[in-house]
Amino acid sequence: MKSLILRCTLIGILSASGIAYAANPQAQTNDDLADLQQQIDLMRKNYDQRIRDLENRLVQAERRAADSDELREELVESVEELTLAPGGDQVASRPSDFNPGIGVVMVGTIQSMNPSTDTFEIPGFALGEETGLGNDGLSVGESDFTLNGSIDDKFYGSMTLAVSGDEGVVLEEAYVQTLALGGGFNIRAGRFFSSIGYLNEKHLHTDDFIGRPLPYRAMLGNQYGDDGLQLSWLAPTDNYWIVEAEVFRGDAFPAGGAANEGFGSWTLSSHVGGDFGVSHSWMAGISMLNLDVEARTTQEQFSGAGSEEVFTGDSTLYIGDFVYKWSPAGNTRSQFLKLQGEYFWREEDGLFTPVDGNDLAYREDQNGWYLEGVYQFKPKWRIGLRHSELDAGSLGPAFAYSSLNTQRHSPRQNTLMLDWSNSEFSRIRLQYNRDESMRDSVDIWTLQYIMSLGAHAAHGY
Amino acid sequence: MNSITKRILSWRLPLTFLATLLASMPVSATVNIFTCEPEWAALAEQVGGDQVTTFSATTARQDPHFIQARPSLIAKVRKSDLIICSGADLEIGWLPLLLRKSGNRKIQVGTPGYLMATDYVRLLGRPSRVDRSQGDLHAAGNPHVHTDPRNMTLIAKAITDRLSELDPAHAAVFQLNFEHFSKSWKASLKQWKERARPLRDMPIAVLRNNWPYLVSWLKLRQVVTLEEKPGVPPTSSNMAKVLTRVQQQPVKAVIYAANQPSRAAEWLAGKADIPIVELPYTVGGNDTAVDLFSLYTSTIDLLLEVNQ
Repeated sequence: MKSLILRCTLIGILSASGIAYAANPQAQTNDDLADLQQQIDLMRKNYDQRIRDLENRLVQAERRAADSDELREELVESVEELTLAPGGDQVASRPSDFNPGIGVVMVGTIQSMNPSTDTFEIPGFALGEETGLGNDGLSVGESDFTLNGSIDDKFYGSMTLAVSGDEGVVLEEAYVQTLALGGGFNIRAGRFFSSIGYLNEKHLHTDDFIGRPLPYRAMLGNQYGDDGLQLSWLAPTDNYWIVEAEVFRGDAFPAGGAANEGFGSWTLSSHVGGDFGVSHSWMAGISMLNLDVEARTTQEQFSGAGSEEVFTGDSTLYIGDFVYKWSPAGNTRSQFLKLQGEYFWREEDGLFTPVDGNDLAYREDQNGWYLEGVYQFKPKWRIGLRHSELDAGSLGPAFAYSSLNTQRHSPRQNTLMLDWSNSEFSRIRLQYNRDESMRDSVDIWTLQYIMSLGAHAAHGY
Repeated sequence: MNSITKRILSWRLPLTFLATLLASMPVSATVNIFTCEPEWAALAEQVGGDQVTTFSATTARQDPHFIQARPSLIAKVRKSDLIICSGADLEIGWLPLLLRKSGNRKIQVGTPGYLMATDYVRLLGRPSRVDRSQGDLHAAGNPHVHTDPRNMTLIAKAITDRLSELDPAHAAVFQLNFEHFSKSWKASLKQWKERARPLRDMPIAVLRNNWPYLVSWLKLRQVVTLEEKPGVPPTSSNMAKVLTRVQQQPVKAVIYAANQPSRAAEWLAGKADIPIVELPYTVGGNDTAVDLFSLYTSTIDLLLEVNQ
């Protein structure tokens, strides 16, 4: 287009000048005219040539411009690619960025018991510490302070301190674990919660209800952990299959006295698990806890302070556990259902010394179970129901004035809870508990908050 | 039953199992790859071809932020030679646990069997301030790097190098596969660019801030985000704020991923009378996004549909 305009203009100018030249009165002769005509022709030719040259250059320029557009785009792309490539400031994302992870979990409750009671017992069971129904009114429970992370490429470590006003600072867990043994093997050493059952190794603040179910309270003092060594092996199978064996010092309830030169207890457990489709998953297991108990001392609640009972002998506990989880398409955020249950069976054989100080031959089978369901009906909101009960077995009249007297009562408990989680890190829970652990039942309403600060350790299944 | 017999029984049972299982241990010649998300499985297949077996821990309908460390996943990690995940804390709630429980030393952090895609590309959205009051922010930067296909070549290269390291016998095959992939990818990038030209500067609202790479690739204009804080569902007060914003500064569509609940996005779309677009987000996110190539084509087409 441009070249056409150019050409027209040039031709216009030329013709005009030619006419002007021809009209010159000085040009008289025909020869002159012919000469002139020739010159004009030549000029025209010249100009035509020049115009063609200009045109060509224009076309070339346009082509170059197009090329440079493409070139520019390619350049931009390669620059983008260059800038997208990792630069010197690139920091690899590794958990060790925050090594060690520091996390604090704070728990507080407001509770109302009816009738209010300070003494607590489960008839037929000698109880460990802190297995009661909690305090009336306002109270801050234990705050967990956890440090964890990779020690190096071969070891992982985790330490949890339980801090509370009453107990001060208690070392709850402090263990190291191998990462690089391979072959499905892991060794853990230090103080940790045993892998028996389903709930046992989980921290209390991850529970779905306030207070452990009755079998855990009565037979394990909420949770069994001690100084120990654990070997676990995960089978190279398509479904999950793990075998875990542990040796513990044997100091912590329900053991006592660190028998066998400090190898007082051992466990063996195995769990299998898998998925059904994308929405369903499950895990089930069997466990055994074997204790050599030397002078396990427990409090007898109703004979006043300092009334101790002592047990020495063998204690074996078997646990069968299962858990099933459902969430639509495996998205746990919108809707979620969890069913979980455990069965405990325990055999104790040895000498029991009630408060009066006379040794009694004691041999008893006891059992207990619980079943719970938690349903997240919409994001943030969950509702849960739990039933748990115990069967202590019955002993002769010799045990009438001891905590092992069942008082012909079957301890049981029904619990209903509703909780709301603003995020993964905060939860507020309201719970109603109809506790029939004792012969006189107690109604307990509790409002609880569980808040975590800092690094949150990934929660197990 | 006396306690001695019981003890013996409970010992013997697992041991018998153990022996049977050891005898039937599978021997596989291919590289077993465990990926956290479907896009990495698809990419690994491009490079690995027949020499790899891939498994994805999540589907396109699952939000990779919130996955349970299920027993089945631990079993899968136990048997893998290479794990490929997004990294940048996306899987922090479950991946570390899978690794620790697996007893598999080949895939621990820092080994050749541990590959985080975000380590190989430039990350966007690194927050200047990390504080939980801002929600569950990713301190390292936004991990959803695959939503910009230009990143995939770089990550494919990283996968090629890793596979060659793990299975040197097939290094030439992996290299060839990579070259083939990167060639057809380059061609696709060109096509997508052409196709997406009308999308330049298209104003959009997003449900969650997991599209910065897509926005930068297609040069979209993200006007507003419904989830004020990542991981925390939108509050009603923020939704109202977003609505006012959208009424003042119109957007062409509300965008959310196939693995996110659509309710908040639907609410905004209804109130502001704007179209709602469910993007596939990853391979398998909708019926058309069946592989890596169709994933981006489908994404562009869905956006074009509402960009009238």
